[in-house]
Amino acid sequence: MGDNSAGLVSKSLAVFVKDLRLELRSRYGLNAIFMFGITTLAVVSFSLGQAALPPKVLGALFWIIIFFSAMSGLAQVFVREEEQQTALTLRLTADPDAVFLGKLFFNFALLILMAAVITPLFFIFTDASTAGAINFLVILFIGIIDLCAATTLVAAIIAKAAVKGALFAVLAFPILLPMLIALTLSSEKIMSGESLSEAAKMIQFLIAYAIVMITASILLFKYVWQE
Amino acid sequence: MWWKYLLFLGMSVIIWFSFTTPAPQQVIGEASRIFYYHIPQAWICVVAFAMSAYYSVKYLKKRNPLDDDLAADSARLGLLFCLLATLTGAVFAKVTWGSFWNWDPRETSIFILLLIYGAYFALRSAVEDEERRAALTSVYAIFAFVTVPFLVFVLPRMVPSLHPTDSVISKNLKFTMGPQVRTIFFSSLTLFTVLFFWIFNILKKTNSIRRKMETSAV
Repeated sequence: MGDNSAGLVSKSLAVFVKDLRLELRSRYGLNAIFMFGITTLAVVSFSLGQAALPPKVLGALFWIIIFFSAMSGLAQVFVREEEQQTALTLRLTADPDAVFLGKLFFNFALLILMAAVITPLFFIFTDASTAGAINFLVILFIGIIDLCAATTLVAAIIAKAAVKGALFAVLAFPILLPMLIALTLSSEKIMSGESLSEAAKMIQFLIAYAIVMITASILLFKYVWQE
Repeated sequence: MWWKYLLFLGMSVIIWFSFTTPAPQQVIGEASRIFYYHIPQAWICVVAFAMSAYYSVKYLKKRNPLDDDLAADSARLGLLFCLLATLTGAVFAKVTWGSFWNWDPRETSIFILLLIYGAYFALRSAVEDEERRAALTSVYAIFAFVTVPFLVFVLPRMVPSLHPTDSVISKNLKFTMGPQVRTIFFSSLTLFTVLFFWIFNILKKTNSIRRKMETSAV
């Protein structure tokens, strides 16, 4: 059993490394996600001008930017396999669990990179207070895990459908909405200078949500993948 | 199908009593009668969703196309009841809270349910191949159903709500139902459930007939 699970980790890492290498070659996902994020951020910041915003609005804006940037790039990881017709080979060489976990890690890495650029820019553009920055990073980190957990299976589904782009956001949004609500509410608390324990309920909710989503995804993924 | 007459009779009696007995909530008054219809409808959209998830699991296990039809049909019925619950809820909200929509947690939940149903049918229309469509939509229906406990039980407790913490879900009753109100309410809930299964049964029959005709034609 231990042998088997060690095998799963190394196999998922192999899928992850493969996707990372492909991504570095084409940089499609990274470019899309960065440019989308920066454009949205610029539009938001430009239209607001110099207005000082309350934490409530800032928290909501931040997650809207992250959400739409994520929607622009996260499906790529499966769409690419279908478009370049490599899905079949991957299906023959790796078991579904390893494929799913590898893709999940990849999306996670993509979002972490995106957030590493967008978050500082967001704070610069909106001139938000950086007092609770460490706490904010904790929420951000959990939020990114949640985003990947809820969207990776949806990405696999839409890769098999006819219209891919718009469908991804349509299918992912209802599943993401509960956690987006929790994220904006907890970011609002953190940005108004409260401690993490004030947002403890939301954080518990977010972690539970991620665990449930990942478990359900692993159970369901093989039915999508073998289709 | 003798019980459809019973259903008809029961529904008539409930409609009669829901309008002739004293209003269930004194402060809100006459408008609170809508609660005999609004809550059963909201309940049915969760039941329909559960049925859809159940038939989706069954489809993925047995690969019988009829199960996929049934999953889609219960989702259709669920969407209908979801719309009804949203509309009656909006009317009720206008009367009691002053505006049609307030983003109360339960309103958010039902809005998300509507979106899920919408997304489900968007996905169905986006896949041409029948078997692939059945498998993909089944996976999505199950995946989306997993979020329901969060919507129904967790979210309303995290965000302050305008809804009374009443009725079936919560234990600390703020709005206590008298014995008469309770009887009418639970009868209505039961009859709405029977109504749902009656419609569902008709759809089930037509689907199996259609499937049989298709196979015999080929």
